[in-house]
Amino acid sequence: MSNRVINILVPIISIIIGLIVGAIVMVVSGYDPVQGYSALWTGIFGDSYSIGNTIRQITPYILAGLAVAFAFRTGLFNIGVEGQLILGWLAAAWVGSAFDLPKIIHLPLALLAAAAAGAFWAFIAGFLKAKFKVHEVIATIMLNYTALYIANAVIKNLSDGGFKTERVHESASLRSPFLRELTDNSSLHYGIIVALLMVIVMWFILEKTTRGYELKAVGFNKHAADYAGMSVNKNIILAMTISGMFAGLGGAMEALGTFGNASIKPGFTGIGFDGIAVALLGANTPLGVVFGASLFGSLKYGALNMPNAAGIPEEIVSIIIALIIFFVASGYIIRVALQKLSKKKEGQ
Amino acid sequence: MGFLEMLYFIIPSAILYATPLIFTAIGGVFSERSGVVNIGLEGLMIVGAFVGIYVNLEYASTFGSATIWMAMLAAFIIGGIFSLLHAVASISFRADQTVSGVAINLLGLAVSVFLVKMIYDKGQTDMIDQTYAINRFAIPYLEDIPFLGPLLFQNVYSTSILAFAVAFGAWFIIYKTPFGLRLRAVGEHPMAADTMGVNVNRMRYIAVVISGALGGLGGAVYAQSIAGNFSHATIAGQGFMAIAAMIFGKWHPIGALGAALFFGVAQTLSVAGSTIPYVQDIPAVYLQILPYVLTILALAGFIGKANAPKASGQPYIKGKR
Repeated sequence: MSNRVINILVPIISIIIGLIVGAIVMVVSGYDPVQGYSALWTGIFGDSYSIGNTIRQITPYILAGLAVAFAFRTGLFNIGVEGQLILGWLAAAWVGSAFDLPKIIHLPLALLAAAAAGAFWAFIAGFLKAKFKVHEVIATIMLNYTALYIANAVIKNLSDGGFKTERVHESASLRSPFLRELTDNSSLHYGIIVALLMVIVMWFILEKTTRGYELKAVGFNKHAADYAGMSVNKNIILAMTISGMFAGLGGAMEALGTFGNASIKPGFTGIGFDGIAVALLGANTPLGVVFGASLFGSLKYGALNMPNAAGIPEEIVSIIIALIIFFVASGYIIRVALQKLSKKKEGQ
Repeated sequence: MGFLEMLYFIIPSAILYATPLIFTAIGGVFSERSGVVNIGLEGLMIVGAFVGIYVNLEYASTFGSATIWMAMLAAFIIGGIFSLLHAVASISFRADQTVSGVAINLLGLAVSVFLVKMIYDKGQTDMIDQTYAINRFAIPYLEDIPFLGPLLFQNVYSTSILAFAVAFGAWFIIYKTPFGLRLRAVGEHPMAADTMGVNVNRMRYIAVVISGALGGLGGAVYAQSIAGNFSHATIAGQGFMAIAAMIFGKWHPIGALGAALFFGVAQTLSVAGSTIPYVQDIPAVYLQILPYVLTILALAGFIGKANAPKASGQPYIKGKR
């Protein structure tokens, strides 16, 4: 079996095992897995309303996945997508509600603000890594909580002690009456176009520019890259900054599209952590991220139908997602099994 | 409120908030010292909190006054078992330790909330009976000491005493026993340890299970002393704060103890700051972000250099240089 086939088989096998274990958990807990999975299916594809909302759910997942994947390609683990996304969310909501501008300026400005906020927050981690050798995993975890509390305090201030910002103006909104009508009043918005554009941007940076080549080179072997005359530190900072930009845009999707404001959060949104799963499943490639985001976004939204239609807590889907991450991460053992299997076949 | 009353209020409360952090941070020290990064402590605390509350609610009538201890024991054991997933993935299957830890966090939360909904048919449990919660008491004679009495001995929690004992016990085990020497060797230079006949993977399995058990214990203590019930938001960042305490304490049990106590003060001030003179003028957000910012500064070398064990984060593959 060629390496390429194995690389594609590992995530597929992981998904299948995840779904099987999920079914076993349902049986053990006294639920009916057939009913559960059909409720999940209807929740995702049941009618145009569900499909619209599923796509809406996939949108921030694509951007969070891109953020994690982009950093991974330079050998960095950006576990701080969550914090960068929260700040992007806040920045977009603020720009969207504080100014009155024509749409052609206002909407791009709000998106830019979100990208800049996320990029700045990730830049801090990149800078600390490059200058002080602070491991980016720990730095970004700490920055996540810092971002959460700062965002909550700012929202409280902006709203004079309230718990959410004003609604973003129509001129900065991603919402679309056309998409709405098309999908039976779902909350689908134009954000999906932004997300798919960013998929192309990531592909272009990595595959078509010298800078992208350098970023990948640092990811493959930073000593070799250094020896070839590339500045490892500069590339680390740049990679984190671009990664944070994607994450910040993910927040803008929630601010300008789905919710239309930013509100005080008791805890994390979870999108940033799910982004790790998305990137991992998509093998850190732009196209892979689209597939990963589609799978996890669909599962997450479809799960909301499970308590009503099948009486099963929606957390079963989070269990399945966590298991899939375990299996993909443990890909080594699946690879060994696959190689043994294919050797046996050749021997016959 | 006078200065002394202020201290008599802040210090016992800080110790209360620090206690779960101490257990979990010490767990983190064991795991990282053996070379396995455990980002999953948050998820392990969540599992521990759920198990603790479940045992407390269901078996309080059976165990009576021993309830909290049985609940903590159950969380200790289940936490250890749950962390085996992290151990198998990151030690035997050579998974990325950070990814596996993230999966533990997601899984811990999902399984716990799933079980709550299955058992209680709602998103959160009832409050535990206050008589079976972890309650404070006064230590006879010691409480009469001027100044120190009201500061340390009038409002004591038995779990806090246990936490101090665990911290000093961990220091003894890690620095004064052959087991501890092997543990540190495996985390610094696994190949050298292997050459000397230490079973690297076995040591790492033991360390990860200890960290899971202590993380579960920390969660059960938090749930029974501070939260009082279990919901998806009961443990919100305490696990990550424990990781911060471990780093701020420079991967040393006593350092982690000190850092956890310091973070306990910050948490007390951010929760109850509005009633304390001077502190009420500081916006709560500064106190909330303080532990995390300090940890970053410590790592950057502004507050003494914090260096992780050398081999932490890398799977050990026999025969590979």
